[in-house]
Amino acid sequence: MRAHLPSYEMKTPASLHEALTLLANEPGKWRPFAGGTDIMVQFEAGKLAHRKFLNILNIAELKGITKDKEHLTLGALTTYSQLQANAVMRAEFPLLCQAGSETGAIAIQNRGTLGGNIVNASPAADSPPALVVYDAELELVSAQGVRWVAYPAFHKAYKKMDLRPDELLQRIRLKRNTAGAHQYYRKVGTRRAQAISKVCFAGVARQSKGLLSDIRIALGSVGPTVVRIPNTEAALNGKKLSSQLIAQARNNLAAEITPLDDIRSSAAFRVRVAQNLLEEFLCGIGSQN
Amino acid sequence: MIKVNCSVNGQKQTLRAHSMARLLDVLREEAGLTGTKEGCGEGECGACSVFLNGELVMSCLVPASQAEGAEIRTIEGIASGEALHAVQQAFLTNGGAQCGICTPGMIMAAVALLKKTPNPTEADVRVGLAGNLCRCTGYMKIFDSVLRAVQGANP
Repeated sequence: MRAHLPSYEMKTPASLHEALTLLANEPGKWRPFAGGTDIMVQFEAGKLAHRKFLNILNIAELKGITKDKEHLTLGALTTYSQLQANAVMRAEFPLLCQAGSETGAIAIQNRGTLGGNIVNASPAADSPPALVVYDAELELVSAQGVRWVAYPAFHKAYKKMDLRPDELLQRIRLKRNTAGAHQYYRKVGTRRAQAISKVCFAGVARQSKGLLSDIRIALGSVGPTVVRIPNTEAALNGKKLSSQLIAQARNNLAAEITPLDDIRSSAAFRVRVAQNLLEEFLCGIGSQN
Repeated sequence: MIKVNCSVNGQKQTLRAHSMARLLDVLREEAGLTGTKEGCGEGECGACSVFLNGELVMSCLVPASQAEGAEIRTIEGIASGEALHAVQQAFLTNGGAQCGICTPGMIMAAVALLKKTPNPTEADVRVGLAGNLCRCTGYMKIFDSVLRAVQGANP
């Protein structure tokens, strides 16, 4: 059933200050609304429980991409199209660009924002695995000031975040440390365009003198939040790639993730696909050298 | 209700709407522009595609509040007077439209693609139109129409 329009309200603050004041004065009452590519879907389906929305799409402080020697910093309102169009993003953070290019169609990528993808907190979201392997940090702003939090820890449990009701996600910061690293991203869904993932995998690794190092792997859609797999990573670091090592990594991975059976896929299928993606990632490191 | 000051197909307009009303409904019911179609209403089918400040968007996912101050272009604003856009003419000539519900969105997505990629390959066309569903044509005549629109424009 469609939503009953008069029971909803959207307010557009004139500035970041006005937005933060409103969030501080009426905590939990106003839900931030950016590109709306997920909220409007729930709204039209009559499933949107929240009633009052704060249109943050015009707030200048939440926009733009800046760089210095150490970091690339993305405003939370950076759209998927904007991040793909940025030359530093494409050169140094290709996994995030690929995630952007596989999120919905172009008309969605023109509206959907990176910040929205993070705070919407879907375990099936496309950008979080890439953000995790890039060691992203999030800047949260409120009337009290700003604080930075490390990205993977930001997600506490299913849809639970280290984010107070009076805070907005302002910026996302990535460390520019990817030069020379092997990078891999693959999303597996029902079809290539417009699909929600069954499993989403991002990995970064280095290899020198035949030994693996700096392995970071993150998966989406295999748990209540995006997950890293530290045990599997630890068992790979410092080792030489071999078919035995890959077989062992596949077993470690299966023991480390806990996917569910749901409308999009089965737990068993997700484990198998995650193992296959891990193998493809590792074989790619081998073939690079 | 709010007043949305915007420009629609080059004309300044003040549209009355609920703050969360979908731009799709505001365009069809307030502005009387019924060329923009509703397919799925959930951002999957592309039938409601319009340009918002020059960018292709799905109007079913845009609340009226976010159209304040915007420049909107709909399918009605694609032709220049009586002269059809090359993409429209190519759809007409090459059988790119059957029932017509997806056609306005297909044409908007194709025009957006050609703005960015003036000489697309078939693969580019497939990516550019990946967010637009058609249940009649099987897509081949649509892809053909877009490619021929380019040949028509650059003989």
